[in-house]
Amino acid sequence: MRLLTREALLSFRRAPLLSALSITTIAFSLFTVGLFGLVAINLRQALRGIEERVEIVAFVLRGTPAETITLATQDIAAFPEVQDVSYVTEEQALRRARAELVEFRDAYRDLATNPLPASIEVRLEEGSRDSKTVERVVERLRGFGFVDDVRYGRDWVQRLDQLRNVTGIVGLVIGLAFAMVAVVIIGVTIRLTILQRAREIVIMRLVGATNWFIRGPFLLEGAFKGLLGGFLSLVLCYAGYLLLRDSAGGPFAGLIFFRPEHMVVILVFGVLLGLAGSLVSVGRHLRNV
Amino acid sequence: MIRFSHVYKSYPNGALALKDVSFRVGKGEFVFLTGHSGAGKSTIMKMLYAEQQPTSGDVRVSGASVSELRPSDIPMLRRRLGIVFQDFRLLEDRTAAENIAFALEVTSARRDTIAARVMRVLTQVGLAAKGRAYPRELSGGEQQRVAIARALVNDPAIIIADEPTGNLDERATRGVFQLLRDINAAGTVVVMATHDLDLVRQAPYRSIELRDGSVVFDSAVDEAEETEVS
Repeated sequence: MRLLTREALLSFRRAPLLSALSITTIAFSLFTVGLFGLVAINLRQALRGIEERVEIVAFVLRGTPAETITLATQDIAAFPEVQDVSYVTEEQALRRARAELVEFRDAYRDLATNPLPASIEVRLEEGSRDSKTVERVVERLRGFGFVDDVRYGRDWVQRLDQLRNVTGIVGLVIGLAFAMVAVVIIGVTIRLTILQRAREIVIMRLVGATNWFIRGPFLLEGAFKGLLGGFLSLVLCYAGYLLLRDSAGGPFAGLIFFRPEHMVVILVFGVLLGLAGSLVSVGRHLRNV
Repeated sequence: MIRFSHVYKSYPNGALALKDVSFRVGKGEFVFLTGHSGAGKSTIMKMLYAEQQPTSGDVRVSGASVSELRPSDIPMLRRRLGIVFQDFRLLEDRTAAENIAFALEVTSARRDTIAARVMRVLTQVGLAAKGRAYPRELSGGEQQRVAIARALVNDPAIIIADEPTGNLDERATRGVFQLLRDINAAGTVVVMATHDLDLVRQAPYRSIELRDGSVVFDSAVDEAEETEVS
């Protein structure tokens, strides 16, 4: 094991330029993936804020008895998708309108009768804010006899859905593309190391080293470069994050950075990329030595 | 120790490297393989350490059938052999002692025994004082001695030497050859490919001559026939 590590580390000393190059390319690949990840988690964070406001409003027919509404409210609150339900009386609606719609304050003040209907406001659970679930809940609300009309930001909910899907797909595609680039680059550097060490490998074989013994250092080398590259990419990501966050107190002031588990994932990803690249390359090129 | 029975070897391009080659090498023997370049010496050498497989026929080395070896068994066979080449095949960035130790390190030998074993074989090849020299600081003959020491360090049953004196001047050739004779005298089988006929003539060892992939002369067989006739 000690020999294995020594052999793997030796390649850094033998080919410092090549090793630095491969680590940097891994770092840049993961950096791009990481930047995208940062955008994704910040977008998700922002979406979560917006989703908080996804609300369904069911307008109640005038003259509906209070008990009916109380019962219905309890009923709706029991839906698994529903986070909370509140009943807004006609007076509350008017008061809110007066407070929020400043421009119409005068118009609302001089009313003889209240034109605003009472309503039931429904807020959904966090995982149930996609358009399908919203649609389903709306249908059930329409089923209540006293419900006059149901309003919700349909387009809005759908657009949120699309945005989330697009983010996911774009992230996956870019991530995969860069992962492939990283694997290829690591493969090339491992191949160069193998060619550089061809003589040594031939001798190892002749004196009876097992295949795994010969592969070991290359795999370790790939994994170690992946780890270093992952670490470097985190440093780059953090630098980019600080730069954006502190840029003139602009719109990015509220940006968040990776949580520790995200960073572990990036490091593990780096190691896996390194391993994958060296496995492919070792498998293909050791045979030709 | 070694048995070739009706071995054929053809390459994908159709060239026939060996044609019906059969011979045996017993315990303690020293055998020369002679013949021109391309006669099949190297192919036989490569089969001995399972670098090549026969197309048909059987090659047995130290009890193992080369054509039946699984890839994972090949390293185990090679640990019982010592292989020496014309071009020495030493690692330039390691000292003589490190080159020899390398053969032990890659075969999971016990680390605390390595230094002593390296010193023992260095002494055996007469280079006890040059363990710290790098290959470029050694003469050709000395480099070949290091290579032989590396071949010896695993206590092999058979030494396979492919033109070990091909790159050496006459004096170095004599030294290396004497070393191989000494090793053989201690009980190790030596198979040596060479086209140095002077060397073959001056030593009382068996020689097998190859031409175009066939055995055309085997002194052991011919002597046996002569004995039968007389």
